[in-house]
Amino acid sequence: MTAGEFVSLLGPSGSGKTTALTMIAGFETPSAGRITIGGQDVTFLAPNHRNIGMVFQKYALFPHLTIRQNIAFPLRMRGRMQKTAIARRVEEMLELVQLSEYAERYPNQLSGGQQQRVAVARALAFEPPVLLMDEPLGALDKKLREAMQFEIKRLQERLGATVVYVTHDQDEALTMSDRIAIMSDGRLMQFGTPTELYRQPRTEFVADFIGRMNFIDGDCLDCTAEQTVVRLSERTVLNLPSAANERTRRYNAGTALRLAIRPERMRLTKRGDGGADALPGIVDAAVFIGSTYIYLVRLADRPDASLQVQIAADGVTPFQKNDDVDIVLDGAAAHVFPVMERCAA
Amino acid sequence: MTRSLTLLPRSLSFRRPSSARFYSLTTSLALVTPLLAALMAGFLYPVARLVALSFSGGTLSHYRRIFTEPLHLEVLFSTIEVAFIVTVASLLLGFPVAYLMAQLGKGLAMAVTACVFIPLWTSVLIRSYAWVVLLQRNGIINTLLVDTGPTEGPLKLIYTQGAVILAMTHVLMPFMILPIYSTLRALPPDYVRAARNLGAGPVRAFVAVTLPLSLPGVFAGSVMCFVLALGFYITPALVGGPNSMLMATLIGQQTTVLLDWPFAAALSTVLLAVTLLFVLMFRRTLSLSKGLNSVY
Repeated sequence: MTAGEFVSLLGPSGSGKTTALTMIAGFETPSAGRITIGGQDVTFLAPNHRNIGMVFQKYALFPHLTIRQNIAFPLRMRGRMQKTAIARRVEEMLELVQLSEYAERYPNQLSGGQQQRVAVARALAFEPPVLLMDEPLGALDKKLREAMQFEIKRLQERLGATVVYVTHDQDEALTMSDRIAIMSDGRLMQFGTPTELYRQPRTEFVADFIGRMNFIDGDCLDCTAEQTVVRLSERTVLNLPSAANERTRRYNAGTALRLAIRPERMRLTKRGDGGADALPGIVDAAVFIGSTYIYLVRLADRPDASLQVQIAADGVTPFQKNDDVDIVLDGAAAHVFPVMERCAA
Repeated sequence: MTRSLTLLPRSLSFRRPSSARFYSLTTSLALVTPLLAALMAGFLYPVARLVALSFSGGTLSHYRRIFTEPLHLEVLFSTIEVAFIVTVASLLLGFPVAYLMAQLGKGLAMAVTACVFIPLWTSVLIRSYAWVVLLQRNGIINTLLVDTGPTEGPLKLIYTQGAVILAMTHVLMPFMILPIYSTLRALPPDYVRAARNLGAGPVRAFVAVTLPLSLPGVFAGSVMCFVLALGFYITPALVGGPNSMLMATLIGQQTTVLLDWPFAAALSTVLLAVTLLFVLMFRRTLSLSKGLNSVY
């Protein structure tokens, strides 16, 4: 991670995100490896000497202290500031999170969103270079959450703080982060910008976790640097340009493969109009959701495989249920993963 | 004993389930009626009779006797003093135990909890006699002291106020430990983590966060100990001598030896009033600390 970056740790629950965070904060010691901040090894440094701000999942505001006292807490503990300086700093923080008029209240007299802002103010009061956030918006309703996402991002950019943000909500991670670390079963699956993760997922797990993805099982006929030929059924063979396979290994003929393609990287045509590499299919369901149509299409000769296709709504004649269609894939946007290999990074 | 239990602070835990929403008034009433009836018959009625008895003859003569004869006031004050010392001693000795119990892993915590509970399940009488065995003239402690040589002859350990305080602290300690333990246990570990993260060392985190947040338990335990100590009978009767008489022993003497029931009733009423007074004072202190109130 570089300084000033907003990085999310994203993964399903139990994937080790929070554990990673508690190790950075110093509440747990890693069994192997090191943690360095700004070149300094902090692996065995006590949490109170790490100078890291943290916003807890349930905020952990001290219930016996007022909002003012809560925000002043880190400043008092450091004991390097004059009383008046502390008071001034607390005022600034209260203004920053727009809670000046609530200074004398106790945490339980505030709403969830307000408590969240207090937690952020308290974590930032001592100007830590690093801020950790453990699903800070998990307890808020959707509307408030979106407002707070924007708020946190704005605050982070203004203060230039490095943020490590834990979440299981991929939309949240995609909108807020400079880079995202995808975690599963305690392992880092992929670390990259949101665009990278979306366009070039390196494993099936990442492909599945970020955004919507269709998977079809097939096997490899000819997988080389130049082309990837995948057989989906007796009659259907897909020839993908090398680009699709560029990040993955070469496979031996006969290897079971899983083809992945995003719903928006496919088109539908009338049966017979799709060309050589099209997949014949039958429309199972058609849903209009305003800007787009979403079709569920069953492959004609693979009744077990069903694809979701998303098509911009304007200017297209919609297909009906049970229409015979051809699915045209954008071969360059397809990915190929080996089957059975779920956790390899 | 019943008195102290009904006057405990509202709750010992952080989460307060409100069952009122799930049961109708009739159901609730039906559920409390048996207990209410038992309390009325076994507690309120006798206490009322006792208070009435203390005014027998339509005079305040019994009360005048309490407040004019120095002996009785002395006993009252020494009762309050002993109760106070026992409470403080239980707190000082019990808090670390409760804290340890809350910190330990499941298995070890169970073992410590058992060490706290098993004495509690043992009869007070047995525990008090155990102290007699330990402290008496030819008891283990005196034998040890004389044999190893630090003292010339046996010390007078038993039948002193010190013995009473020691034994009562031992007997009442679980009542201090358990409420403190339950408060500490209910304390989310994130509070201490947050304090550490915000720059507090382990000691400061304890003083600034754990200690104040455990006060509800400390108050509950203290009220319990203090109130129980005020009315304690068996232990002071066994290990305390005539010079260290407490209110309960004095009342016992009046009813069983001197058979002066009206005077015993007056003494009881005074003890009851003093107890209520202290409980109200505790509650008031608790409600004055606003931040703590918001913990509940």
